[in-house]
Amino acid sequence: MSSTLGPRDRRGTWRARWGVGRMNYTVEPGLYALGQPDSASPVFVTANYKMSFDRLRSSLAGRNAWILALDTNGINVWCAAGKGTFGAPELTRRVASSRLAEVVDHRRLILPQLGAPGVAAHEVRRTSEFEVIYGPVEAEDIPAFLDAGLKASPSMRRKTFPIVERAALIPIELLAALKLFLFALPVLFLLCAIGNTQDMRANIAGFGAFSAVALLCAILSGTVLTPLALPWIPGRAFSLKGLIAGLAAVFVIAAFRHGMGGSSENQWEFLAWLLLIPSFSSYLGMNFTGSSTYTSLSGVRKEMRAALPLQIVGGAVGFGFLLASRLFP
Amino acid sequence: MGSLVYLKNVVTLKFFSEKCVGCGMCSVVCPHGVFNLSDGVVRVVDRDACMECGACARNCPVEAITVVAGVGCATAVMNGLLGRESSSCCCVVDTNKGSVEGEGSERRSKGPACC
Repeated sequence: MSSTLGPRDRRGTWRARWGVGRMNYTVEPGLYALGQPDSASPVFVTANYKMSFDRLRSSLAGRNAWILALDTNGINVWCAAGKGTFGAPELTRRVASSRLAEVVDHRRLILPQLGAPGVAAHEVRRTSEFEVIYGPVEAEDIPAFLDAGLKASPSMRRKTFPIVERAALIPIELLAALKLFLFALPVLFLLCAIGNTQDMRANIAGFGAFSAVALLCAILSGTVLTPLALPWIPGRAFSLKGLIAGLAAVFVIAAFRHGMGGSSENQWEFLAWLLLIPSFSSYLGMNFTGSSTYTSLSGVRKEMRAALPLQIVGGAVGFGFLLASRLFP
Repeated sequence: MGSLVYLKNVVTLKFFSEKCVGCGMCSVVCPHGVFNLSDGVVRVVDRDACMECGACARNCPVEAITVVAGVGCATAVMNGLLGRESSSCCCVVDTNKGSVEGEGSERRSKGPACC
């Protein structure tokens, strides 16, 4: 087992980020030897999601260690811990089935800190006679953790949400929103056929194309701008952040259209997009709570109670205005 | 950089200091620095930073902490309301008492991209 990630590993990561075979990106559960470990080498526990496994082994470059991969159905440590599959029972089972007690002399298991929601350290000690030591949140801090004598500094214990990580989560959210967009296209096409029907081609090129662009802007503001600019957008609730990003998008579009000399602006149409884009962007921004690393369930429920009805009303009234813009040009 | 803090005063975290033995396990496992251990005494120093992951309660040997653990994922909450088992992302809904359990994209640790 090597600590170097090859091109295949990197390509696999990239594909998983874009949702290709993501639910099936696994390694075989069990005990792995990294380098030339002996009976005194540390034991690291991880999930059998390949991206988790790869992060761990690549962070241990140049070291000898044992890696115990638990069967979490190919789900990462934090998810699996929340679900309970990364937990004391599976850990105890895997320690026994891999005969770890015969492989190493010591009785210490190093677990990722984010596995803690699923594992009670004191329970594992009772059931497997192994002591659980929680390592740092990020695998890249493991060398420093080892060199400090299995001590993590306070900053290594914090889960942050830096821009690189937020950006990495964009593709999945974007693809899901683009699927919704495909469903909206036939509706826009129908709207083109309402109202002044003399020149369908002009309708599609004018109203239709603009509507598609406006919708895409809503999607981009909710799934790209909101995650990227998350700390800088005012407000705490994600729905509010999405709404603000959406309003910004409306003004960009309005300015753009004005610049293009869109003189025959329809009031209904403007009002429609003034409601539709922020509502949709707010909804998509709210869905990013699932990707974030700091939102609580109680908080999400609270913001949804307030935001979801407004998003629905905003969307419905906006659609009404869009319809009106075709009926009363 | 702006700070990332979520809604104020909503979390279900409760700390019973009279039960606490000062082992400090909660301050080790918490990913958001909610607890602080100094001179053998644990205090809640940043309650609003709690994301209700449940790590502290699970690892407290004397049950001095309670929290209704769950995943702060809007998609999962919606799936729960609609009675769907699961759909986008890997948010899984625990059907009992309508509470959402499982993994959102956020339960990420070392394997981002949702799960």
